[in-house]
Amino acid sequence: MNTYEKDQKNVALKLHYDIANDDFSRAGEASSKIKKMLKQLAIDANIVRRVAIATYEAEINLVIHSNGGNIEVFIKSDCIEIYVEDCGPGIENIDLAMTKGFSTATNVAREMGFGAGMGLPNMEKMSDAFIIESELGAGTNIKMIVRYET
Amino acid sequence: MLVRDLIEKHGFIKISGSDQEREILNVYSCDLLSWVMAKGKHDTAWITVQTHSNILAVASLLDFSCIIIPEGISVEKETVNKADEQDVVLLTTPLEAYEIFKILYEEGVK
Ligand SMILES: Nc1ncnc2c1ncn2[C@@H]1O[C@H](COP(=O)(O)OP(=O)(O)OP(=O)(O)O)[C@@H](O)[C@H]1O
Ligand SMILES: [Mg+2]
Repeated sequence: MNTYEKDQKNVALKLHYDIANDDFSRAGEASSKIKKMLKQLAIDANIVRRVAIATYEAEINLVIHSNGGNIEVFIKSDCIEIYVEDCGPGIENIDLAMTKGFSTATNVAREMGFGAGMGLPNMEKMSDAFIIESELGAGTNIKMIVRYET
Repeated sequence: MLVRDLIEKHGFIKISGSDQEREILNVYSCDLLSWVMAKGKHDTAWITVQTHSNILAVASLLDFSCIIIPEGISVEKETVNKADEQDVVLLTTPLEAYEIFKILYEEGVK
């Protein structure tokens, strides 16, 4: 499993959120809703926390770096899968983007406390499986799996 | 210690939220949001000079006890209103981070 592919099998519940770019005032709403839903489903607190952190970082990246996109969460019996897709601009060098501390955030974003270059590393750290694919001019797709038992 | 103790014993001013009975088990200070996301533990009193509304998502996603805005920095009305909606406790104080750490340490947050 090394390529980005949505696994539609055995999905108990599917959540979908569209994320607009540059809408700082609403950034964090989708991840807050996802967290609330997982809590209602009585999912283990540690799993909820990992998904919350991963979806928050994904959501903020869509807001500050992308032209807009969406986050889908598949709740399954053994894991939670998170799919993040956007419609550009894409990432030129993924290895560089994944490096702690690397950021192209604008000064405006940095003044607000974004741009530590920790978002993608945080997402990878929270996931049991992490796949990122990107094409310049097309967009970026990220798949993360958080398993209930590891 | 409880959030209430900061307000009643140390003069911190609560500008939003309601849950004063929340326990404070940890304290953390940082203004880089994804750094906080990586390091923040539950039941933390988080000291930050950031006052825009994104700090609320960080605090509620990580189950923080409260956010402390130090050095008398004023907080935008929009942030206060949203914090009330999301029931996030925001405290302000004229003290600097180091003074706040001392209070929390002496109250048993170690
Ligand atoms: N969806 C995306 N589209 C285009 N570029 C992206 C996207 N997500 C991340 N990037 C690029 O990867 C870099 C690193 O992302 P990462 O989330 O690790 O850090 P950051 O967003 O810059 O800062 P932080 O997340 O710490 O606030 C970004 O600065 C940006 O250049
Ligand atoms: Mg980021």
